[in-house]
Amino acid sequence: MTLELRQVGKAIGPEVHIYPTDLLLEPGQFNILLGTTLSGKTTLMTLMAGLEKPTSGQIWFNGRDVTGEAVQKRNVSMVYQQFINYPNFDVYENIASPLRVARLPEDEIRKRVTHISELLRISQMLDRRPDELSGGQQQRCAMARALVKDSDLILLDEPLANLDFKLREELREELPRLFAERDCVVVYATTEPTEALLLGGATATLHEGRITDFGPTERVYREPVDLNTARVFSEPPMNLATVEISNGVCRLTETLSWPAPAILSDGKYTLGLRPHHVSPVQVQADWVPVESTIKVAELAGSESIIHFESYGNQWVSLVHGVHPFETGAAAVLYADMAHAFYFSPDGKLSAAPTVGYGRTKEGN
Amino acid sequence: MAKITLSKLKHSYLPDPVSPDDWALKELNLEWQDGGAYALLGPSGCGKTTLLNIISGLLKPSHGKVLFGTDDVTDLPPEKRHIAQVFQFPVVYDTMTVFDNLAFPLRNRGVAESKVRPRVEQIAGMTDLTDMLNTRASGLTADGKQKISLGRGLVREDVNAILFDEPLTVIDPHLKFQLRSKLKELHHRVPKTMIYVTHDQTEALTFADTVVVMNMGEVVQTGTPEELFENPQHTFVGHFIGSPGMNVIPCSVENGHVVVDGVIFRTQNDVPQGNPKGTFEIGIRPEFLKIADIGVPATVNSVADAGRFRIAEVTCLGHSLKLLVPEDQEIPADGVVLDFDPNWTRLYRNGWLTGGKD
Amino acid sequence: MNKTLNQKAWFFVIPVLVLVAFNAIVPLMTVVNYSVQETFGNNQFFWSGLTWFQEILRSERFHASLQRQLIFTGSILAIEVPLGVMIALAMPRKGFWVSVCLVLMAMPLLIPWNVVGAMWNIFALPNIGLMGKMLNDWGFDYNYTRQVGDAWFTLILMDVWHWTSLVVLLAYAGLVSIPDAYYQAAKIDGASRWAVFRYIQLPKMKRVLTIAILLRFMDSFNIYTEPVVLTGGGPGNSTTLLSIDLVKIALGQFDLGPAAAMSLIYFLIILLLSWIFYTVMTRNEDQ
Repeated sequence: MTLELRQVGKAIGPEVHIYPTDLLLEPGQFNILLGTTLSGKTTLMTLMAGLEKPTSGQIWFNGRDVTGEAVQKRNVSMVYQQFINYPNFDVYENIASPLRVARLPEDEIRKRVTHISELLRISQMLDRRPDELSGGQQQRCAMARALVKDSDLILLDEPLANLDFKLREELREELPRLFAERDCVVVYATTEPTEALLLGGATATLHEGRITDFGPTERVYREPVDLNTARVFSEPPMNLATVEISNGVCRLTETLSWPAPAILSDGKYTLGLRPHHVSPVQVQADWVPVESTIKVAELAGSESIIHFESYGNQWVSLVHGVHPFETGAAAVLYADMAHAFYFSPDGKLSAAPTVGYGRTKEGN
Repeated sequence: MAKITLSKLKHSYLPDPVSPDDWALKELNLEWQDGGAYALLGPSGCGKTTLLNIISGLLKPSHGKVLFGTDDVTDLPPEKRHIAQVFQFPVVYDTMTVFDNLAFPLRNRGVAESKVRPRVEQIAGMTDLTDMLNTRASGLTADGKQKISLGRGLVREDVNAILFDEPLTVIDPHLKFQLRSKLKELHHRVPKTMIYVTHDQTEALTFADTVVVMNMGEVVQTGTPEELFENPQHTFVGHFIGSPGMNVIPCSVENGHVVVDGVIFRTQNDVPQGNPKGTFEIGIRPEFLKIADIGVPATVNSVADAGRFRIAEVTCLGHSLKLLVPEDQEIPADGVVLDFDPNWTRLYRNGWLTGGKD
Repeated sequence: MNKTLNQKAWFFVIPVLVLVAFNAIVPLMTVVNYSVQETFGNNQFFWSGLTWFQEILRSERFHASLQRQLIFTGSILAIEVPLGVMIALAMPRKGFWVSVCLVLMAMPLLIPWNVVGAMWNIFALPNIGLMGKMLNDWGFDYNYTRQVGDAWFTLILMDVWHWTSLVVLLAYAGLVSIPDAYYQAAKIDGASRWAVFRYIQLPKMKRVLTIAILLRFMDSFNIYTEPVVLTGGGPGNSTTLLSIDLVKIALGQFDLGPAAAMSLIYFLIILLLSWIFYTVMTRNEDQ
């Protein structure tokens, strides 16, 4: 079971929402669409579902062209950011509704609803109505309804965005388990890089209507094909600077330099360094000292987020521990350039960090 | 500007509260210093919004007093309390320009027009609204509108406190980060008392110098972000603050020793003598649980990669625990040995830290 | 380009098209047909071009009834819209009394138009009607069947009684949709009651008020049943509004040609004024 987009594009008048896109999604894993608001995630999902027709290209499902086929004829489920349930039905009837449409026998419905409600831990509240449930329970109910029929394609559009922080954490942990044994294509849209990482699977990064990269989530995170992908996949935002390499030395300014990665030829590059590789403490001798002016330091108990300006660049450092700074103070921060990305002027990745993968070989 | 004191405050939405559950807000006493940055943090329905409305004067508490400085303001309406508030959904006056929006609180109070302009321009500069002063407020994006709300609070010099009610809810995620640090920066520049209500620990911990953690109408712990992280007074705080939250393992106290499944643990806080009654648990944060050479053996169930660290889920003495593993450390797949650092392992009795509040 | 078209949607539109054709387009075309012809009976018609239109537009009688119509519509709008908004503002937002108020407000709207006319006809009779008798007992010389001023007073009062509720209900719907946070923010900003109305309630009610004004304008411009039952257009022609005059020409004198031409002019005036109203009131919306 696969979902394949072939040159699928969507334009409304002169405005292009999705540029022609090729994408092959496999079952048995989360396919994550990662991008900021308005990057085209929801449009892409409505195209996949068949709620809207692409203005170009074709959508193939399981070797069949389903472009333009009505969504009712395709076996699709969708979960939205808002908790959408039938307000007058109790939880049981809400979950059973797609099965009733499919005219399944009553004992089969009961069996399935019982099973799915246990899986989603809402079996205690089957006789309640949606407005008597908490937000987390309402979203579980909406998810149960999407999962109870054996859909070929399940689309989740930022399902956790409206939930409390802790509920989000809890549900995020359960999600991969819910889909593990299903033979269906799962697509999950999110704006949060950390969420994408924790859900694993494969990630497609979206930037202004284009898919910039697609592959196993870890690969996309650690070796993004280009600058846009790296920026979409960094929270807090990636620190950027223009650097120049000559004779194996990389320079940010006249005085600030460090050894360049051996594979890079001379020229200008965009340096990208994730915030957790900049620290107010020099742990290793090869970390590069960067003179800075502190804008604001956010101290969050276990970690500090330090916003600073350095040689005209707005940078952020994210470190463990509490590191207080006065606003406006001068300070030296240390950049771990071994973890830096280098992008060529056209935005393509030229060199990824050579250290710090830290994965077990058996991993995950 | 003034110190805010909440004295024996209690509130119920019911006319005749009987059981403890009838109280939306159980008795609390708080004292907030002038110019501080405070956060009220807790899950939905914990009473934080009730408390905020009592401070702003939109709600009159059933019991207790609200003092601004030495003045009892319990019975005063919001407009007489000199406070400003930023709401969850941006409130702007649609028909006015950004300038008129910012000038509105001043003009309402009869401030001379010659003083309005420089003040509005100054505030617009701080909130990055200078370029938009002459556009209509209705055309702005959500984060722009929230800046206007904030600006309307900052513009008055007589404001006692600025209250924030989950102000980042409708802001695009990639702009949240910017606006959050902007708020923090503004607090440094305009040292007014700011009170921030949220369910999001990141927002609360990054913004506030002092965080009040609430649960079920009760203040569970008040402290700096550091204290809440390092020394949670209650397992709820341990769980609610930190991501993932603190590991909590049921244990028993036998002859003054903390025992889990026959293994004795050393804890940072005092262990009661003998065989005391109560539900006992030990708590240790995933950040402090380390893979070591000697300690308690555990099996690894799964590892999730969060980029800058990994979250390993392990089974240890029959309990599921989480630990954070740095980016470049190996996790042996066949099993690990965990070191429970006594400095970060704490004993809780009926949820509360032993030796403290019982 | 790979475009698929779904033509089925047209089937859903057909019933509406048929219905509109029968109750609007076909009768309208008949009227257009009459308006350009002359007849002397026996179902014989002769082409007369735009003669009828020219005649109507020059006629003193038409000018007079159009003027009366404009005064009537202007007065009821000037009374009903502010009054309706004021009542809506005074209505409770929560609790038991909300439904009581809403039902009370909806009552006049439920009464058939001819019944409203008949009610007021009797209510205002100077010798036996409750209102008419009381006014005369208090020393007012009130008689709506003889005095022009009294006739107008009664006519406008009747319309205000009948239709202010519509404005109230629409304005109320606009008011309750304003989130509490707006009122709270205004309180905190120290806004006066007037400022709250001017900068929060009025802008948020604008959309529904536009609809209310348009509806009241069109309805009052078309009004027929109630004044006919109440005053019959009198005393004299003093309350003969456009529609009453039209019926007199068409059915009283059987001048089908002029009546048809007048209908069309009438229709175009309503269309034009509605369009102006709408454009003016929604002008700032997109900015």
